[in-house]
Amino acid sequence: MNLRLSAGPHFVARESTQTLMLDVIIALIPTTAAGVYLFGIRAAWVLAISVISAVLAEFIWQKLAKKPVRVSDLSAVVTGLILGLNMPPEVPLWLPAIGSFLAIMLVKQLFGGLGQNFMNPALLARGVMLVSWPALMSVYTLPVRVLGNTSVEASADAVSAATALIRPSAYSTYDLLIGNIPGAIGEVCKLAIIIGFLYLLFVGTISWHIPVCFVGTVALLSWILGSDPLIAILSGGVLFGAVFMATDYVTNPMLNIGHIIFGIGCGVIVVVIRKFGSYPEGVTFAILIMNILTPLIDRWTHRRVYGMVKKHA
Amino acid sequence: MMEFTLVNFLLFMVNCVLSNNFIFSRYLGCCPFLGVSSKVETAAGMGIAVTFVMGLASLITYTVYHFLLVPFNLQYLNTISFILVIAALVQFVEMFIKKSIPALYSALGIYLPLITTNCAVLGVTLLNITENYNMLWSVLNGIFGALGFLLAIVLMAGARERLESSNIPESFKGFPISLVIAGLMSVAFLGFTGLVK
Amino acid sequence: MRNEKTTMRGVFINGVLNENPVFRLVLGVCPTLASTTNAINGLGMGAAATFVLLGSNIVISMLRNFIPDKVRIPAFIVVISTFVTIVQMLIQAFVPSLYEALGLFIPLIVVNCIILARAEAFASKNSVLHSAADGLGMGAGFTLALIIIGVVREILGNGSVIGIDVLGASFQPMLLAIMAPGGFIIFGLILGIVNSIVNKIGKRSAGKGAEA
Repeated sequence: MNLRLSAGPHFVARESTQTLMLDVIIALIPTTAAGVYLFGIRAAWVLAISVISAVLAEFIWQKLAKKPVRVSDLSAVVTGLILGLNMPPEVPLWLPAIGSFLAIMLVKQLFGGLGQNFMNPALLARGVMLVSWPALMSVYTLPVRVLGNTSVEASADAVSAATALIRPSAYSTYDLLIGNIPGAIGEVCKLAIIIGFLYLLFVGTISWHIPVCFVGTVALLSWILGSDPLIAILSGGVLFGAVFMATDYVTNPMLNIGHIIFGIGCGVIVVVIRKFGSYPEGVTFAILIMNILTPLIDRWTHRRVYGMVKKHA
Repeated sequence: MMEFTLVNFLLFMVNCVLSNNFIFSRYLGCCPFLGVSSKVETAAGMGIAVTFVMGLASLITYTVYHFLLVPFNLQYLNTISFILVIAALVQFVEMFIKKSIPALYSALGIYLPLITTNCAVLGVTLLNITENYNMLWSVLNGIFGALGFLLAIVLMAGARERLESSNIPESFKGFPISLVIAGLMSVAFLGFTGLVK
Repeated sequence: MRNEKTTMRGVFINGVLNENPVFRLVLGVCPTLASTTNAINGLGMGAAATFVLLGSNIVISMLRNFIPDKVRIPAFIVVISTFVTIVQMLIQAFVPSLYEALGLFIPLIVVNCIILARAEAFASKNSVLHSAADGLGMGAGFTLALIIIGVVREILGNGSVIGIDVLGASFQPMLLAIMAPGGFIIFGLILGIVNSIVNKIGKRSAGKGAEA
């Protein structure tokens, strides 16, 4: 037997990547719309700049490297959009641009482009920004508009407020679910994220393993450690991370058993960082850590499942 | 001086392996980390050999320092005496394993000579002195520090195996891309900052 | 190539450019990463390592006919660590701020691969004067590389060069550059850029050779 393991996508034909990416973009529409509604035109600017910068970075690299320009496969659009949705709405507008360039050039193209990066570009860029500009990346503000009947008061000026993760008692479960809370543009409206999740499941872009194991582990561990599991899931970036970032097929394991390990690992690290670490939220770092463990998870699960000996791999 | 309790023990381990990883946050042991990390098996072998030597070296240099150098007021000779101890120890371990456990020797033998100039080994023995650890914590510092090194080098090897067939620009192949990989992993490890106050 | 190496000037330039220990041989990665959080620390580490390289190369070259082959490595280590202990004491006495900044990495010059490599590959086989030139050249090459990396990291991470603010108050420094990950990433990127320049020069001179 002389099988070679390689990371996905196995079909790098342009059309298939494009369809896949288009499905992710469709799934992101509800949460994008909710974010722009809640945080206003400012959020739209952040998203526009991060998407345009990502596409531009991809175009510039492919031109300079004299490679065929493959901007139309939409993967840069997805990276830029996810990065933008991960930012607070009041972030200075040069920051999404820098983040997108880092994501595309340093994390994706330097390693050979689509499907060859070993860490999620948007997440790594977010990690770099969190570490480099901690003050700018943690200015969270109240929504400028609210959805439905709630006691949360919308604020036209950017009034900074502690996120629901830090002050959970300030918000009702309804507000947490619908997104009437301070937070990153894309991660506040949990209902929209769930709609996107169901769409991705329905069209078969992702399987349930990673998101369900991730969120389930966070709930269970938070409950064991004495916090409200529902608030633990709804107050931070867990849902958005579990649905849209942990499921990036390039940087997670190949088999379902690997997906389960990956999801549980993410959940454990999130709770550990939230409970004991210096950063209030650990979703970004948790998924990044599991990204770097992925090659080892793949080795281990492949050997267990197929009984393959390394020398043949 | 920390008291030896289970909680302190676990916190110390988390600190050495995750929060203050020898490679990712202290820059100790980079040469073998970059040089012997193209395959997971060899990386693991190197890591295990380093763990063995770092634990023993911590024990012996502690003894040398506190029972030989301090009584004669020769503390300033610590660097020179420690490096000689490490060189001799590595030589001795190599001979011992070769004679008594040939199987282990065939697995680890080739890494042993490289360990003398691994700055993580000399680094940990000098850190034990500046941190004023007692004998037990010194040995644990050596072992856990080395386990952090083992984790880092195996993760690195995993990533490099995966990227073997990637379309990396020609002038970035080898050391440059390995350094970038190490940097990106190190960003992820920053998430563990502050786990131990 | 060989002829060039026999002149002392050639030996020196070889250490700075063709066989630059950091950019071409990729030796001494740990001190490179640890000391380049700014240009001054890079310069300090470079100067300390140059002192040790020069001293150990001269002494080892003088003793090259007296050291038995079997114990040469331990003998080299003794010579090197003697010079490291001297330089450590000098820095502690005269530049305490540098001693604080470099900390553990001053005694660790002992295991800097560049120094042992030059002792083994050059000083134990060449005359005292040539070994001195080699030590100075390698030291200068090491220092130059550390300053280059240090300047880049300091500008990005602090907006300054040698402690002088150059990018103004509105610049938001990228803290990552002076943290551990930034060291790896920036060194890796600079190394890749140096490689591509060297490759281009190599191709051009090869092309010229073909034309001639």
